[in-house]
Amino acid sequence: MELGETNPHVVALCADLAESTRMLAFKEKYPDRYVEMGVAEQNMATVASGLANYGKVPFMASYATFSPGRNNEQIRTTISLNNLPVKIVGSHAGLSVGPDGATHQALEDIALMRVQPNMTVLSPCDEEEAYKATLAAAAHPGPVYIRLAREKTPVMTGKETPFAIGKANIMWEADHSPDVVVFATGPLLHNALLAAKELEHAVPVIVINIHSIKPLDADTILKYAKEAGAVVTVEEHQLAGGLGSAICELLSVNCPLPVEFIGVKDQFGQSGEPKELIEYYGMAQSHIADAIRKAAGRKST
Amino acid sequence: MITQQKIKEIELRAEAIRETVVQMLLAAGSGHTAGPLGMADIFAAFYFYILNHDPKNPQLQERDRLMLSNGHIVPVRYAAMAHAGYFPVEECLTLRKFGSRLQGHPERLKLPGMETTSGPLGSGLGQASGYAYGARMDDKKFRVYCIMSDGEQDAGNTWEAAMFAGANKLSNLTAVIDRNNIQINGMTEDVMPLENLRAKYEAFGWHVLEIDGHNISAIVSAVEQAKAIYEKPTLILAHNIPGKGVKEIEFDYKWHGKAPNKEEAARFLAELRTMKGKIQSEHE
Repeated sequence: MELGETNPHVVALCADLAESTRMLAFKEKYPDRYVEMGVAEQNMATVASGLANYGKVPFMASYATFSPGRNNEQIRTTISLNNLPVKIVGSHAGLSVGPDGATHQALEDIALMRVQPNMTVLSPCDEEEAYKATLAAAAHPGPVYIRLAREKTPVMTGKETPFAIGKANIMWEADHSPDVVVFATGPLLHNALLAAKELEHAVPVIVINIHSIKPLDADTILKYAKEAGAVVTVEEHQLAGGLGSAICELLSVNCPLPVEFIGVKDQFGQSGEPKELIEYYGMAQSHIADAIRKAAGRKST
Repeated sequence: MITQQKIKEIELRAEAIRETVVQMLLAAGSGHTAGPLGMADIFAAFYFYILNHDPKNPQLQERDRLMLSNGHIVPVRYAAMAHAGYFPVEECLTLRKFGSRLQGHPERLKLPGMETTSGPLGSGLGQASGYAYGARMDDKKFRVYCIMSDGEQDAGNTWEAAMFAGANKLSNLTAVIDRNNIQINGMTEDVMPLENLRAKYEAFGWHVLEIDGHNISAIVSAVEQAKAIYEKPTLILAHNIPGKGVKEIEFDYKWHGKAPNKEEAARFLAELRTMKGKIQSEHE
């Protein structure tokens, strides 16, 4: 909304989900800059590419399963290879869309987007950070994917929390020198923080918010990984190709260390309340605490 | 009205483009032959008459935009651009070679004047529609052209875009379909029947014109007519002969996706040169 005011080139494209993706407000305020696409995500990507090629800054939104799921090739050829500043907003990512079931739960979108050259991948942890990610994406000259969860997730950051593409944020730091560093992305960061607090007197932990999955903040990640000597990654995404993979690609070249992964293990989701699903798929506070203990234990062996 | 002199000039350009296409494909050793030869007249008409453009200033703000959707026929566009002065004609022989700006399928960022990146079929009309939509928002006067193949009318994205352009009455957009009736697996009507294409586009809110795609005067007049249609995007259904100009491969779908060998290329070039001579003498 604010972008509509400050950047006259911003246009919004929506594939028949204006209310779910919160584009309705933009439509009402800037009807001339709202482009209705109908249920046509492939065409949304190509039209956005054309708008950007002309000189606009298009934000195109849908559920992440459809965009960048269904329209992956169009994004690859017409946006990434073309290196055009289209901002792809994939909403309801992860399991947190809940009752809709596996068809609507995007668990592979990070993998799909981070393998495309020129693409930046942002995964904000809460509403406040999503707002900052949106502004940063608009100002960024190339294509950006913004991964959003369902709307109601805990707010962990404030107006003053810094946000920059390619810069990780430390969210929790134990008093003692750390035994384990946790790299978390998206709303699951909240569970990681709860787990760190739970282990406050047992295992000293640092929790780092990786809102920028591509580019990664290699300096910060390597610094704390070396300092702690063991790593846990946390994401509401398939383990294959997601944040954990990205972190390990970095670590294995620079400082191979024990790593434990929290995420979905080569399974599809199912209907249920988000909390039930997070528990069932092993991404709750208790699972993260277990992973932290396990990672710490692996250091001495 | 286009003069006879101009028509002859464009016809000669088209023959020169065909010769370059054959030479390029021979040098590359792979690529598509039928489509580029069949589209030589249309590309000659665009680059030597229709487009408002400046080969020396490919970024000219008010230039018309020509978006190629079926990227595999790009040799004909490269040849047309080279003959128009975008880059030296000799560079055409680098087609598909390592380090060349002339990629096997076109890339916007490699070659100035290449308006977009394409190859995977079915995504050009959407891009052209988005471009036209943006330009209309800012009241720009230039026109957006999109060249498509008939084979890519199989693709769902093409129809999503056709629906979008029709719904938004993008009258600054003119699309051209290379209706040559062939695709890799055979004749389009055998592989996946497309007819009635005209009725389909009309049902999607388009103004449709049908022309002989080898008649320069018809090409130019269709594009002029499209400019006069204010309420709809226009589709020019160009009935083309695949492999046009080389009798032994005309209408043969087996030439869709292969390049000539040395002997074939020599025969093709001899035939094309004879045709050029004929055009010259006919108009004299």
